[in-house]
Amino acid sequence: MIATALRVANQLRRDPGTLALLLVVPAVLMTLFRYLFSEFLFTLVGPSMLGVFPFIVMFAVTAVTMLRERTAGTLERLLAMPMRKVDLLLGYALTFGVIATVQSGVLIAWSVFLGLDAPSGLLVLVAVLDGVLGMALGLFVSVFARTEFQVGQMMPAFVLPQLLLSGVFGPREEMADVLRWISDALPMTYAVDASSRLVRDEGLSGEVVRDLVVLGGATLLALVLGAATLRRQTR
Amino acid sequence: MIEISELVVDRDGTRVLDDVTAVVRKGSVTGLLGPSGSGKTTLLRAIVGVQRITGGSVRVAGLPAGHPELRALIGYQTQAPSVYADLTVAENLRYFASIARCDRRRVAAVLEDVRMSELAGQLVSRLSGGQRARVSLATAMIARPPLLVLDEPTVGLDPLLRRDLWRTFHRLAAEGTTLLVSSHVMDEARRCTDLLLLREGGLLAACTPAELGDDLEDAFCRLVEGVPA
Ligand SMILES: Nc1ncnc2c1ncn2[C@@H]1O[C@H](COP(=O)(O)OP(=O)(O)O)[C@@H](O)[C@H]1O
Ligand SMILES: [Mg+2]
Repeated sequence: MIATALRVANQLRRDPGTLALLLVVPAVLMTLFRYLFSEFLFTLVGPSMLGVFPFIVMFAVTAVTMLRERTAGTLERLLAMPMRKVDLLLGYALTFGVIATVQSGVLIAWSVFLGLDAPSGLLVLVAVLDGVLGMALGLFVSVFARTEFQVGQMMPAFVLPQLLLSGVFGPREEMADVLRWISDALPMTYAVDASSRLVRDEGLSGEVVRDLVVLGGATLLALVLGAATLRRQTR
Repeated sequence: MIEISELVVDRDGTRVLDDVTAVVRKGSVTGLLGPSGSGKTTLLRAIVGVQRITGGSVRVAGLPAGHPELRALIGYQTQAPSVYADLTVAENLRYFASIARCDRRRVAAVLEDVRMSELAGQLVSRLSGGQRARVSLATAMIARPPLLVLDEPTVGLDPLLRRDLWRTFHRLAAEGTTLLVSSHVMDEARRCTDLLLLREGGLLAACTPAELGDDLEDAFCRLVEGVPA
């Protein structure tokens, strides 16, 4: 697991473009939000975005990295070797988890600079969990893609509905029942809920704890599903 | 070392291997020869345990192919070089060494075996196809597994390198390793101790190079046409 984590880190080090994408793009997107909207709207929507950007970026990068492993044949080699599948996924999770942490730190620091009130250190925790969830789903999704282009096609399918129904674009209370039920089942909803609550300075309320538990659970589930869908034997 | 019995493999609804029965002797350097598309890669994958089979059985060291214990006993070189292009040669080998749970000091020895010592610090993406193939071969050999399954390891290499590699294969065999090496070039048959000839998913013959005579190409054609020598 550690060997895999170091190997993935080493590969990322050689790929400054991806590293920049991971660390800088969420902050750039946040800046766009700041200057596209009035200051009032920014303080309203900005916090939710803390729960969205890490997810999207980690999802994309992880899915592509894992897909490369598959197309290069190294995945087949690893699975034919004495390695546990969980160790491979946890190796990935470790490196990308560290990156998600740094990414969230950068994003939150920058958001505060842009004028967002971010009183709680718990925000970092939410953003990290959210990034790790995106990573776990990205790993899972990579199983179903054959080309990087297909990963691109899966982005809208996996990310857009979550984003639209997460409560960023309209209060969940005003959604039709069916949409709200779906929204209840999508993990990003809880990331958005938690970051908005924390920015309102709620502290570690019961609702925030529930949000964190759901995010953690969804991450674990995605990792387990990812491991289950990695097949040692293929047709 | 390997016992294949009435093996049938379907891929995407077409029969790729049809009723193959063969053995690979322990300590042999067995050549798996056949034109491209004859099913060599599929047969090797079935032995390594990464190919789902339709019927029959494949046993390695007394265990069914794909058994978890076998993963530590088989070194597999895939036909396309499967190493990380964005890592250096040495970084690739050190990583696979730790996955195979073997001593990292093996890296230097195995790089010497494939004549890649001078390029240890080079990124794989900057290597030629033949050099990549040798890195891939080195990773298969890193843990000194008792069985090496090599899919066209000498394709695209110059004659000198090819000779060196075959010497290495025979040295390993003398030390007790079993090697199963595929090739679509009949010339390579001469370098093997045993041969399996494959055509259109069926086993044409299991023999020794001596039994085929001097003109290997001709012998192969005669076998295909069913004409006695
Ligand atoms: N992934 C695959 N899916 C379906 N058919 C395949 C696949 N790979 C190879 N085949 C078919 O299986 C047959 C044997 O292929 P292969 O084992 O690669 O032969 P060889 O290694 O001797 O060139 C070919 O007819 C090929 O078209
Ligand atoms: Mg082949």
